[in-house]
Amino acid sequence: MTLASIIIQLLNGLAAAASLFLVSAGLSLIFGVTRIVNFAHGSLYMLGLYGAYSLIQFFGRTPLGFWGAVVLAALAVGLVGILIEVLVLRRIYRAPELFQLLATFAVVLVIKDIALFTWGAEDLVGPRAPGLSMAVEIMGRRIPAYDLVLIAIGPVVLGALWLLLTRTRWGALVRAATQDREMVGALGVDQARLFTSVFFVGSVLAGLGGALQIPREPANLELDLAIIADAFVITVVGGLGSIGGAFLAAIVIGVAKAFCVGIGSVTWFGFEVSFSKLTLVVEFLIMALVLVVRPYGLLGKPQAAQRAAEPAPRLQVPSWTFALVWLALLALVPLAADRYTTILLTDIVCFALFAVSLHFIMGPAGMVSFGHAAYFGIGAYAAGLLLKRFGLPMEAALLLAPLIAGLFAIVYGWFCVRLSGVYLAMLTLAFAQISWSVVFQWDSMTGGSNGVFGVWPSAWLSDKTAYYYLALVLCGAGILFLWRVLFSPFGYALRAGRDSPLRAEAIGIDLRGFQWAAFALVGALAGLAGAVYAFSKGSISPSSISIAQSTDGLIMVLLGGVETLTGPVVGAAIFTWLRDVVARNTEFWRAVMGGVILLIVLLFPQGLVGGLKALVVRWREQRA
Amino acid sequence: MSRAVLQVEGLHKSFGGVQAVADVSFAISAGEMLALIGPNGAGKSTCFNMLNGQLAPDSGIVRLEGRDIVGLRPRAIWRLGVGRTFQITATFASLSVRENVQMALYSHAGRLRSLLSRFGAAFGGEADALLDQVGMLDQAERTCGVLAYGDLKRVELAIALANEPRLLLMDEPTAGMAPKERVALMELTARLARARNIAVLFTEHDMDVVFSQADRIIVLDRGVLIAGGTPPEVRANPNVRAVYLGSAH
Amino acid sequence: MLTRNRLLAGAAALVALSLAGPAAAQAPIKIGELNSYKVFPAFLEPYKKGIELAVEEVNAAGGVLGRKIEVVSRDDNGNPGDAVRVAEELLSREGASFLIGTFPSNVGLAVADFAKQRKVLFIAAEPLTDKIVWDQGNAYTFRLRTSTYMQTAMLIPDAVKLKKKRWAIVYPNYEYGQSATAAFKKLLKEKQPDVEFVAEQATPLGKIDAGAVAQALADAKPDAIFSSLFGPDLAKFVREGQTRGLFKGVEVFNLLAGEPEYLDPLKEESPDGWYVTGYPWSELKTPEHTKFLNAYQAKFKDYPRLGSVVGYATVMSAVEGIKKAGSLDQDKLVAAMSGLKLITPFGMIEYRPIDHQSTMGAYVGQIGVKDGKGYMKNWRFVDGKDALPSDADVQKMRPKN
Repeated sequence: MTLASIIIQLLNGLAAAASLFLVSAGLSLIFGVTRIVNFAHGSLYMLGLYGAYSLIQFFGRTPLGFWGAVVLAALAVGLVGILIEVLVLRRIYRAPELFQLLATFAVVLVIKDIALFTWGAEDLVGPRAPGLSMAVEIMGRRIPAYDLVLIAIGPVVLGALWLLLTRTRWGALVRAATQDREMVGALGVDQARLFTSVFFVGSVLAGLGGALQIPREPANLELDLAIIADAFVITVVGGLGSIGGAFLAAIVIGVAKAFCVGIGSVTWFGFEVSFSKLTLVVEFLIMALVLVVRPYGLLGKPQAAQRAAEPAPRLQVPSWTFALVWLALLALVPLAADRYTTILLTDIVCFALFAVSLHFIMGPAGMVSFGHAAYFGIGAYAAGLLLKRFGLPMEAALLLAPLIAGLFAIVYGWFCVRLSGVYLAMLTLAFAQISWSVVFQWDSMTGGSNGVFGVWPSAWLSDKTAYYYLALVLCGAGILFLWRVLFSPFGYALRAGRDSPLRAEAIGIDLRGFQWAAFALVGALAGLAGAVYAFSKGSISPSSISIAQSTDGLIMVLLGGVETLTGPVVGAAIFTWLRDVVARNTEFWRAVMGGVILLIVLLFPQGLVGGLKALVVRWREQRA
Repeated sequence: MSRAVLQVEGLHKSFGGVQAVADVSFAISAGEMLALIGPNGAGKSTCFNMLNGQLAPDSGIVRLEGRDIVGLRPRAIWRLGVGRTFQITATFASLSVRENVQMALYSHAGRLRSLLSRFGAAFGGEADALLDQVGMLDQAERTCGVLAYGDLKRVELAIALANEPRLLLMDEPTAGMAPKERVALMELTARLARARNIAVLFTEHDMDVVFSQADRIIVLDRGVLIAGGTPPEVRANPNVRAVYLGSAH
Repeated sequence: MLTRNRLLAGAAALVALSLAGPAAAQAPIKIGELNSYKVFPAFLEPYKKGIELAVEEVNAAGGVLGRKIEVVSRDDNGNPGDAVRVAEELLSREGASFLIGTFPSNVGLAVADFAKQRKVLFIAAEPLTDKIVWDQGNAYTFRLRTSTYMQTAMLIPDAVKLKKKRWAIVYPNYEYGQSATAAFKKLLKEKQPDVEFVAEQATPLGKIDAGAVAQALADAKPDAIFSSLFGPDLAKFVREGQTRGLFKGVEVFNLLAGEPEYLDPLKEESPDGWYVTGYPWSELKTPEHTKFLNAYQAKFKDYPRLGSVVGYATVMSAVEGIKKAGSLDQDKLVAAMSGLKLITPFGMIEYRPIDHQSTMGAYVGQIGVKDGKGYMKNWRFVDGKDALPSDADVQKMRPKN
């Protein structure tokens, strides 16, 4: 790269960073105060783009029309944010940690279909900014004038936010709440109003980030998920709740991407290294590096010790007879039901083990994982590759795959157990995405974006019923094993460590060691689920390691209820079954799915199983 | 007096140029109750955290029964026979009272690594005996998360006794308790310590508790030990009166 | 031999029909269709309409084998695992006779492998991947759409004619973009050995950093650019490239960019002079296309996109296959599909026995701008059979059996 192209790519990176910063700053504010992992933040960004597109059509392509549309779209998105907060989230603040994530996930689905209904499926290319459509010549190269405006907008918004946060009473409250949420409640501040106002400001920032992209990005239905991962990464790299950190991180990541593109392909020692392909994963690489070196992000501070609002409830020992009766019933299904029921149940059984393994680590062990698909997918790929590339018999591949997934969990876990909270969760996501990108790129081994085909079970298992029994036995055994471990000294030590790391250390428990072992254990069992899944499908693709797969796992656990043992199993069954039923309607199934989840969220803020249990208890009390 | 259980010599710690603890030396013998007092910011917590392994001193020696423990992690120090209670109670909120104590017993016996045996099958009797001693046996089945604060302090004491410690470190053991409860808890502690020949080092704000329960008192001010001796000696010490009692009362 | 087999087959069909009785004869033939409706709505909404039109026409003409047809559609979520499950549901619960559909390469390939395992006919509608008929080809899978290789090959003559030496390449970083790039480099190098590829940018699908990419390509000072971008990536690339003057004096070739799905959103910014493959729907005057166009516009009050043609032709292929087989027996269906000829809006196509690829062609031309809209100019139709490698090469790539 010449000096000129370095400077131009730097400017490109800074221009790209502007919107990333706005969106991330909003996310950071909302998370800092409410502790909500807001999946719907990307949807708000998308609405900003669509809204600005429509408003410009309405106002006309004049400078006033353009900027008026941008500002109005951002404010309108702020109102949508208020709506989400008041109608949905406010009702579930007391629910267990992360439960709000489920609600915001449902909101994503609903908003996506509303956008499809309102604006149609075709990409909408917005106009260039009136008066700024030309390019400016810098060092013999042309850069859009609008990009230079964006570069200026970033610091301006940063400054405005800084003033808002340091010079106003509202800002003082937000900063206090970010440091210590209960403290603000104790000071007699109206928490509901504070949360609503923070949601408004955060949503406006997301909407503004979207609206400003109008001259650079066609409004389309994939924007929500495209931006949300980046926004989370930037928020975490910068340090949760730190607006300055978000600014810095947005620049680091925006510029890093631009340079990956700018460097292109380089030949080193006879090997061609394509930096442009690195754009798939560079933000996650940066995040992993930052978190390993700085466990609280670039400018983040360790959070004030969270006084758990309510301690996790006691886990009830599972009734083994109950479990065995269920297993027996499930074993009888193929005798009575049709072929497809058996196949659907095979899926459910695999996902149940996947969800139970995720629940083990995020519930009792207290380490939330946003990247649990890594082990599911690695297990699936290990099974497929051992069969197809290394010629192992299917049975051997199936048994070795969990060990390989466990090995990866040992490596990734070593880094992860050094962090806590959302930082830990995001590091698991980083490792999952890094694994995904390797699988996605390594054509000669993994089949690249296509995946591996012909991963079918041995002849004696080729019958769907026979395979269902295999899945039932393996996954059922896996689930019962994990439940059993939860009530062993090892499992108790994990729960103890989650309740009070301080006390655990003070009575000689090497908590990290236990957590690391737990990581390996659930990694191996998620890998088993993945391997069983792979052979039931006959093929494996990178989507088995994708963010979507990880999210599915979280949804299953939260839907069923994180505070009960059977919750994840029920959640896996309901979610898989719902998707099967709802997706029959190809028109607006996502909105229906989102609506159903929202209904469950509002009716059963403890998750399905937790909610039903509470109902039963109340019913018994009334009769007594 | 018998041989010292804990021997501290020339402990130093500074944070960014500010001397938090300077040249602190003292010792405790088995069965002795030693109170560490001083005004807020005197360096008590820093001092404490250097003894239990949470902070590394810049220099100085900490010997537990003759063995240097500087640089060891808290859990290693616990393994050498040091029990702890915390200023803000730290128990396992989702476990029952008995399970809390059993956890310490399992850990002491090195039996937490089992994946398949059932937790709670062992050490039930031992746990109950400890709970009986602190008067919590009748609440053994309750979940710690729902206990009253004073009861949690007792549970902590039972946990701290589980590894048959030679030394108990108690950071503000009666903070947050009603005055009557405070004396009762420290009387209990003193009784158990003497019966089991355990050395106890505690910090405390309540002067009634300090002067009624401690065998000896050492006084810290701005990181420096300014006095030490029996309660009457300390009460009579003009330095203490000047910097501490005068301002505290 | 042949005649005897045919006779036997006919007799078997007759027996089957008489055994099944009149009630079964009345029930519609179900065709299972799956696609990633929610992931690629811009292409698949028109596609769905094409299917509906075809079903209506077939049934109005009395159906096939004396029965009406019904296409049962499912969303596969763009996920191969879900696709395989949905495929199974279509077959075993819905009683679909066989499968059609799919869009992304990985889903198409997964369903193709499933079809082989399940021994059931699968007509892949849209996946462009070459592997589905070549490296990973199998007896039960057929593919309608003009493949990546074919569309790339169709652009090669124009590329060679320009005699440009320095080429830069940009492509979406997954199967389609990778194969298009590989095919282009190979084919161009064969015809023009002194060609130089001076820059190559692989961009994440849907997340192109267009400004940086445009700048990086410009830095390489290419004479020409080959791109396989589409959708939002294409729109961003066009705008950034134009603002930054990347395309000044540079010839650009872009697969698919002439398809209304991807060209129409560009409106007045449609890049004049780009060489593209696509679908100049308003200018086609062949009787088969006119008939399709009129019927489509009458039914939907909208013009067809390429997806509409694909959906329509897929169902028509399925129906003609059933008609030729005279039965719903899988082996007979597969035998009938092999070598099946039918008329589509793009003219006559044949599903080649050698690799089960249809010879559906594509339109190659240049983009022009008129009344604030993009259109295709200087276009010509290239028959698919003229854009395929030699039989010997195909046989080398495709596994036996």
